Amino acid sequence: MNTFEWIGKIFSEYWNEFLRGMGNTLIMALTGTAIGFLIGLAVAIVRTIPLTENDSKFKRVSKKIIDVILTAYVEIIRGTPMLVQALIIHYGFFVSLNMHPLISAIIIISFNTGAYMAEIVRGGIISVDKGQVEGAHAIGMNHWQTMTNVILPQAIRNIMPSIGNEFVVNIKDSSVLSVISITELMFISKQAGGAYAQFVPSYLICALIYLILTFTITRILRLLEKKMEGGSSYMICGSQSDPDAQIRVVKEKDNG
Amino acid sequence: MAETILELKHLAKSFGENKVLKDISLTVEKGEVISIIGSSGSGKSTMLRCVNLLERPTGGEILFKGENILEKKFNLNAYRTKVGMVFQSFNLYNNMTAFENCVKPQMIVLKRSRKEAEEIARNFIEKVGMSAYINAKPSQLSGGQKQRIAIARTLSMNPEVILFDEPTSALDPEMVGEVLQVMKDLASTGLTMLVVTHEMGFAKNVSSRVVFMDEGVIAEEGTPETVLVNPQNQRTKEFLSKVL
Ligand SMILES: Nc1ncnc2c1ncn2[C@@H]1O[C@H](COP(=O)(O)OP(=O)(O)OP(=O)(O)O)[C@@H](O)[C@H]1O
Ligand SMILES: [Mg+2]
Repeated sequence: MNTFEWIGKIFSEYWNEFLRGMGNTLIMALTGTAIGFLIGLAVAIVRTIPLTENDSKFKRVSKKIIDVILTAYVEIIRGTPMLVQALIIHYGFFVSLNMHPLISAIIIISFNTGAYMAEIVRGGIISVDKGQVEGAHAIGMNHWQTMTNVILPQAIRNIMPSIGNEFVVNIKDSSVLSVISITELMFISKQAGGAYAQFVPSYLICALIYLILTFTITRILRLLEKKMEGGSSYMICGSQSDPDAQIRVVKEKDNG
Repeated sequence: MAETILELKHLAKSFGENKVLKDISLTVEKGEVISIIGSSGSGKSTMLRCVNLLERPTGGEILFKGENILEKKFNLNAYRTKVGMVFQSFNLYNNMTAFENCVKPQMIVLKRSRKEAEEIARNFIEKVGMSAYINAKPSQLSGGQKQRIAIARTLSMNPEVILFDEPTSALDPEMVGEVLQVMKDLASTGLTMLVVTHEMGFAKNVSSRVVFMDEGVIAEEGTPETVLVNPQNQRTKEFLSKVL
């Protein structure tokens, strides 16, 4: 049999397995991105809490300690491969806890995405004009009120493209979690290929499914972006696919 | 009888080595409209921003109705609702409509009900002649329109004092008039106003007192006639000869 015939055979026999794997991949990527976003939001909010001379010594010291911990989290996660993180977290902690592999995978992705999101959200906050903060403070809003009512709505809108990008990256990068035996797309492909010792055809199917997923989702996200785009919008670059990228304000918005 | 509402006592502010405000003392009576003039870099904005505590003074005192606003336990956010600020760059919240800009802060800071806040906002938006643009986003408004909404937003908090930092400097010339007219109307309602301005017409005809600042100190102050028509200080004369 040639490669095409093998592809047909493997797919016709394992198509429901492939679909199951695709489902798990999507679940992991979607929940991981959503939870990761919430983690990133929380980290970014805490990091931007301002300190003044009026704050108590206790508050200032605890804030410093928390900042150090959060910075370490972001740096360590961003500076090591997710594969290594997954192996350490899974075999180091979750196996002994008897954690369901899918749950453990979602935790790993969320934890990983959170570090990237923290930087993305921080970039989004920085990108909001300083006058917006002053306009809110001058009217009597405290830090929390300013963040939730004025800054974050604008910051989040600005980083929508980057959040979508993280989702697409997670669809692809969750493939490394096959090492901890999650029945996601990659793992299924390995199994199906192994059954006939025909890995290339199986991985070709796998690649095609990934491509269909990322292609469709990218288009959908772009449509959503267009819908949300108002008179003034700009994009923050800087994401997992390009970790060293500076957070750049591509299109400056007008003053409000 | 005149009632003192704000008092700056030996106010000083440095940014690092740069002493921007050296020793500013100023007493503001309720209902006064004070124009603050002076050349660029003389510290006018810094003084105003200290009064609102967007900048923390490095020396001296600021008293609001006799209470020191620099005290640790002073309720800064409540104070800021009573001493509003209007910026040169408007600073409308870009994620809200003109109407929401005026409604939301009342609900968030003053805990007013939406119904009450909307009623108050509508009233002030009408006063500044912006009722037709109530649902516009800031990006859809001209500079003059933005500034009028910014003024309505500040008024909606029912402040006792409003600080204006060059409210017309970022506007195209044909829009300056509409904003100045709103401010003139406000002045006649008895609101206390501190206005940093380059509009000598406003300083002369609307304000009750003019303060001339030079290199971090108040070089001269008095009625518009004395300061603008018969200045005593050499620096005031030089400044006026340049701007008039
Ligand atoms: N946040 C800051 N950090 C450092 N220096 C500052 C800061 N704000 C103002 N300054 C400096 O303080 C001085 C006075 O500035 P200020 O804005 O108060 O002047 P101004 O009288 O309002 O001038 P203009 O008419 O140009 O608005 C300037 O030399 C400025 O560079
Ligand atoms: Mg200024």
